[in-house]
Amino acid sequence: MADVLIRNVVKRFGKVEVVHGVNLEFYDNEFIVLVGPSGCGKSTILRMIAGLEKITEGEILIDGKVINDVAPKDRGIAMVFQNYALYPHMNVFNNMSFGLKLSKKPKEEIAKRVNEVAAILELGGLLHRKPYELSGGQRQRVAMGRAMVRNPSIFLFDEPLSNLDAKLRTQMRTEIKLLHQKVQSSIIYVTHDQVEAMTLADRIVVMHDGYIEQVGAPIELFEKPANTFVAGFIGSPPMNLVPARITRAATGLQLEFNDKLSIPIPAKPGAEVADGQEVIMGIRTEDFAIDITTNGFPDEWKVEGIVEVVEPLGGETNMHMDMQGVKFTARSEGRRIIRVGEKLRLALNLNHLHIFDAETTRSIY
Amino acid sequence: MIRKSYFRSIAVGSTLLWITVFVVVPYVFVVLFSFLTRDPEGIVSWIFTVKNYREIVSPVFLKVCRNSFLLALGTTVITLFAAYPFAFVLSRVNRRLQRILILLMIIPFWTSSLIRTYALIILFKANGILNTFLLYLGLIDQPLNILYTQVAVFIGLVYTLLPFMILPLYSSIQKLDRTMIEAARDLGATSKNIFFKIILPLTMPGIIAGSTMVFLPALGLFYIPDLLGGARSMLIGNFIKNQFLTTGNWPLGSAASVVLTLVMFLFIYGYFLSSRRAHTSGMEGMP
Repeated sequence: MADVLIRNVVKRFGKVEVVHGVNLEFYDNEFIVLVGPSGCGKSTILRMIAGLEKITEGEILIDGKVINDVAPKDRGIAMVFQNYALYPHMNVFNNMSFGLKLSKKPKEEIAKRVNEVAAILELGGLLHRKPYELSGGQRQRVAMGRAMVRNPSIFLFDEPLSNLDAKLRTQMRTEIKLLHQKVQSSIIYVTHDQVEAMTLADRIVVMHDGYIEQVGAPIELFEKPANTFVAGFIGSPPMNLVPARITRAATGLQLEFNDKLSIPIPAKPGAEVADGQEVIMGIRTEDFAIDITTNGFPDEWKVEGIVEVVEPLGGETNMHMDMQGVKFTARSEGRRIIRVGEKLRLALNLNHLHIFDAETTRSIY
Repeated sequence: MIRKSYFRSIAVGSTLLWITVFVVVPYVFVVLFSFLTRDPEGIVSWIFTVKNYREIVSPVFLKVCRNSFLLALGTTVITLFAAYPFAFVLSRVNRRLQRILILLMIIPFWTSSLIRTYALIILFKANGILNTFLLYLGLIDQPLNILYTQVAVFIGLVYTLLPFMILPLYSSIQKLDRTMIEAARDLGATSKNIFFKIILPLTMPGIIAGSTMVFLPALGLFYIPDLLGGARSMLIGNFIKNQFLTTGNWPLGSAASVVLTLVMFLFIYGYFLSSRRAHTSGMEGMP
C-alpha cells in the first residue's frame, strides 16, 4: 500500500543514457505494467525502484519519502526475479523464510507467516523440497511466496512469466491477478509481452528507447494510441499502419494511398488533419468486415481486394490482402472458408480510423 | 554405423592399452613387490611376507605421514585463502582482462615445475635475487633466511599448486547467478550474510574440487620440500623415493606407495560423495 513518484529520473551506464528523464506516478493498490521491447529501459526503472541500480539523476519517492539513498530492504518492496533466483541449497521453507530470518523475527512468527503464504499459494506440501524438485510453475510460486511473506507495500515483478511455457504462462497470469486482489498491495510489473500487459494492468506504461510513449488503461491505449509506436505495439495482430496523403475531394478530406485507392475521412471534432499533409493511416485488423448487405457501412467505406495469404486461427482468420495496390491485414470470422486468390469486398469501419502525423508519428485524428 | 563402431573401439582401445601398459601393469608390480622380501644382492627375492606393512605401522613412518598430512593441509588452506579472492575478482572483470589473467596463470605450466623450483632457490638464496634486492633497498640489514625453512616449502608448494585451486573456484564462482545476490540484497541481507549464506554454500563444489586438487598432489610432491626445505623433515614422497633410490628397499617403498594410494583413493571417494550430494540436495537448512 504505497504511492510511488518518479521525478525526472535519468539512468546512465557509463556514457550511455538508457532512461531519459522519466516522470511517473503510481497510486496505492494499483497494478502497473511497464511494457516495451527489450532495451527500452523498463527493467532499469524497476531496478532503480528496487534499489539494485543507482539513480543517476532525479528522484524516486515512496509514500512521499525520497528513497534514492535508502537501502533496498528499507524500501518496503519485494522483488520477484525473472529466473526466480531461488537458492538451490535451501528448501522451499528456507527460501521463503530467508528474508524474515535476516530481520531476526521470532521463529514461531516466521513459521506461521510462511505457512499462511504457502497455503495461499498451494505450496503446503512442498515446503521441504529443494527448488530442483519443483516444476517451473511451482518455482514461480515459491518466488512469489518469498516476496509475499515480507508483506511488502509494493511488489516488483521483473518478467516473471517469460521462463514458462505458453499454457503455464496463461495460468500463472490468472494467479498473479488473483494474488493482487488478495494482498491489497501495489504491483509494478515489467514485461515485453503486450498480452500480459493488457490482461494484468490497471494502467500500462508503454516505453521505447528510454522514453515513455504513453500511460493509460489497457482499453485506452488500444482505442486511442498516442503515436504509431503504441499503435503498433498494443494489439495482436498489430494495427495496419500505411503511409498516405491527405487530399480534398468533393465530399471532404480523404486519405489518398495511390491513384486507385482513396478513403474518405469522416469529420470528427478535434482532428488536426489538413489538405496536403503526409500521414500514416492506422486501422486495426478487426475493423474490417466482409461486405454483406446487412452490416450497414456506407458504400464509400468499401474497397475491393485480393486475398494473398490466409492464416486460419479457428475462431478467426487473418487475411493478408492486396487492396488496390495497398497491403492490409484484415480479420474475418473463422468459420467462413476463405481461399487464396479470392476477390473480396471489404468494408473499413472508419469509426475506428486512426491518423498519425508522418513526421512526428503523433496521433492527429 | 560400422565405421562409427571402429572409431569407438580404436579410441577406447588405444587409451585402454596405454593405461594397461603404463599404469595397471606397473601398479600390479608395486602391489606384488609390497608383499615380497628385500634382497640385498638383487631387487627382491620371492618370499612372501607382510613384514613391510608391519614395518610401516611404526612410529617413524606414522610421523612421516603426519608431517606430510599437515604440510598438505597447510598448503591447501593457504592456497584456498589466496585463490578465493583472486578467483572472485577474475570472474567479475571484463573478458579481455580475464583472458590475460588466465594466460598469466597458465604460462608457468610451459616450464617443468622442477625447473621452476630451482628458480625459487635462486630467488631465495642468501645472496639470491630477493635478498640482494631488499638489501639494496635498505629494507633489511642482513639476508633473510628463507631457503631451507618451512616457509620456503610452503611458498614453493603454494606457488606450484595455486592454479589448481583457482581454476575450479573460478568456474564455480562464475556459474554463480548474479540475481541470487540481488535477491539476497532485496531480502535484506548484509554483505556478510550474502557471503556466508549464499556465495559460500553455492561455491562449495568449487572449494571441494580445488582443495582435492591441491591436497592430493601436495601429499605426494617430494621434490619441492626436498629442494626448498633441505630435506629437514621426511615426507611420504621422500620416504618412498629413498626406499627405491637410496636404500634400495623396493618392497618397503612399494608398501608405502600402496598405503598412500589407498589414502588418496579414500579422499577422492569422499570428494565424489560430497560433490554428488551438493548436486542433488545441497546443504540442509540454515542456522
